[in-house]
Amino acid sequence: MRTERVRTVVGHAVLMLGVVVSIFPFYWMLVMASNTTPDIFAYPPKLVIGSHLFENMGHVLDNIDFFGAMLLTLVASLGVTVLVLFFDSLAAFAFAKYEFPGRDLLFGLLLATFMIPTQLALVPQFVTLAEFGWIGSLKALIIPGAANAFGIFWMRQYAKGAIPDELISAAKVDGAGFFRQYLTVGLPVLRPGLAFLGIFTFINVWNDYLWPLIVMTDPNKLTLQVALQQLNGVYGTDYSMVMAGALMSVIPLIGVFIIGGRHFIADIAAGAMKF
Amino acid sequence: MAVSETVRGPAANVSANSPDGPPNRFRQAIPQYAAVSPFFILFAIFGAFPVLFSIWLSFHSWDGIGTMKWVGIEQYSYLLTDPSFWKSITNTLIIWVISTVPMLALALVIANALHNATRFRTFYRIAYFIPNITSVVAVTMVFGSIFSNNFGLLNAFLQSIGLDKIEWLSQPWGIKIAIASIVAWRWTGYNAIIFLAGLQAISSDIYEAARVDGASPRQMFWRITVPLLRPVILFTAVTSTIGGLQIFTESQVLFGSSGAIGGPGDGGLTIVSYLYDSAFGKNQFGYGAAIGWALFILIVLFSVINWRLIGGNDDERLTSRAARRVQRRIAAERAATGKADADAGKEHADAH
Repeated sequence: MRTERVRTVVGHAVLMLGVVVSIFPFYWMLVMASNTTPDIFAYPPKLVIGSHLFENMGHVLDNIDFFGAMLLTLVASLGVTVLVLFFDSLAAFAFAKYEFPGRDLLFGLLLATFMIPTQLALVPQFVTLAEFGWIGSLKALIIPGAANAFGIFWMRQYAKGAIPDELISAAKVDGAGFFRQYLTVGLPVLRPGLAFLGIFTFINVWNDYLWPLIVMTDPNKLTLQVALQQLNGVYGTDYSMVMAGALMSVIPLIGVFIIGGRHFIADIAAGAMKF
Repeated sequence: MAVSETVRGPAANVSANSPDGPPNRFRQAIPQYAAVSPFFILFAIFGAFPVLFSIWLSFHSWDGIGTMKWVGIEQYSYLLTDPSFWKSITNTLIIWVISTVPMLALALVIANALHNATRFRTFYRIAYFIPNITSVVAVTMVFGSIFSNNFGLLNAFLQSIGLDKIEWLSQPWGIKIAIASIVAWRWTGYNAIIFLAGLQAISSDIYEAARVDGASPRQMFWRITVPLLRPVILFTAVTSTIGGLQIFTESQVLFGSSGAIGGPGDGGLTIVSYLYDSAFGKNQFGYGAAIGWALFILIVLFSVINWRLIGGNDDERLTSRAARRVQRRIAAERAATGKADADAGKEHADAH
């Protein structure tokens, strides 16, 4: 009994140490964002939260169009998320619940696309978008990511177990066509799966750096991550301001995550187990 | 699969199909084709076409504006002799190894502790997952300040315990350690959650049986936990490899605005940052495409190596391997009891 107890205490000690390591960079970000730059660079450095947070945040707003970048990122993230949810769930519904000629071949083809690293197509994708005249526009951020293989694969696994065949048969007897079946039978049942895919997609687009760096060439239309890096590059000496910007960029996402995070984590784990 | 029959339509409908019209099966499936088509259309435009085009592009010299000039395999033969390219590969591999190995080991320790912890589970999970959902750009800026040469927190700590400070961000090794720390910090919790899911899927009966047989915790870990976690370990190893070979943002945020994309001595030049710099910094689109193919080959190669090393998650193969092992053991036991029996056992084992 005693060794069991010791093991529990040691276990929690290990876990708490891990939590401290996980959280510390955020604390340090807050410390830097709330002190003046000379204070951070003093030796020994200040390790406690200071009183200049709002002043530093104000400097961020003076130097970059922070809210403009945030709005652009929000529109792009929401745009991709809505389209991905619609296209992926519709395709997943068809793949999971209907038999049609070539279905397995098409699904195999979809799985094969997992193998292609995004960077492989980077240069020609840029050339293609330039040809379309989309460089620098929201379309370049939204359309290429509007449907993805991961989402269809994941939603299909989900739909297979979640949608009872009897419901589809009943809808068919009632004279509902395929799309109506998707709306009335598929969508309501798929809602928890859609919540996960939605958060996952939103976070990925919000945090993406390489793609917007390449396609958003107009300095007045940058996404949050690119704007943040510009702030870092140009005003790198004003660390307090840079950190205030970083803090402002991560707070909304962490807020969303803490609210919806519990199920999200369980679904990430479940997704990995299915591969 | 009962529903597929109903959905495909009553058999009467099929025979009623007129011989000159298109086959009814295909016509009836039009809504399904429409449903799956957005992905395939988008993939054709933004995936398949660019991939094929990048093959074509890699055999040309092109600055993105002028005319494309056919150069055959010149880009590739130059690539093989380009010291920067090889440097980017060794840098990427070093960063990958020094981030992934400690990361997966730590993740296993954390997953084990999480598995045994009954209290605060949700809190731990969220705390461990937050690094992963935070943007790499913001995280890299924080780590950049922690590793900073003159005023960094890490150097202040080293000085406070009487050690010399280290120029982390000016030395090739320091740069790699800084980048690897960012990667490990972001992904350890994620991998721990995946391992935890794997641990929870292992039936406690197996451990109970082992305990009754007098197995030590160490034996249970190596003989039960690790083998049964194999598919999950493979998943994390493959995803970590693919992610590790694509490292870009960390070195770009640390050094991208300093003029040299890989930092001092190109110590942080990764394959993707070299690709980015060649294509979008120096406008050598054809060369960028060639680097993309080299990256693809590396990813496939390392995924196959991972697959081989960890044994694959092909259930059938694992079961047949376990069956062979049992048969070998039976054969060995028979060998101990009598030669005639052993021969029979061996034959049996060979048959499989």
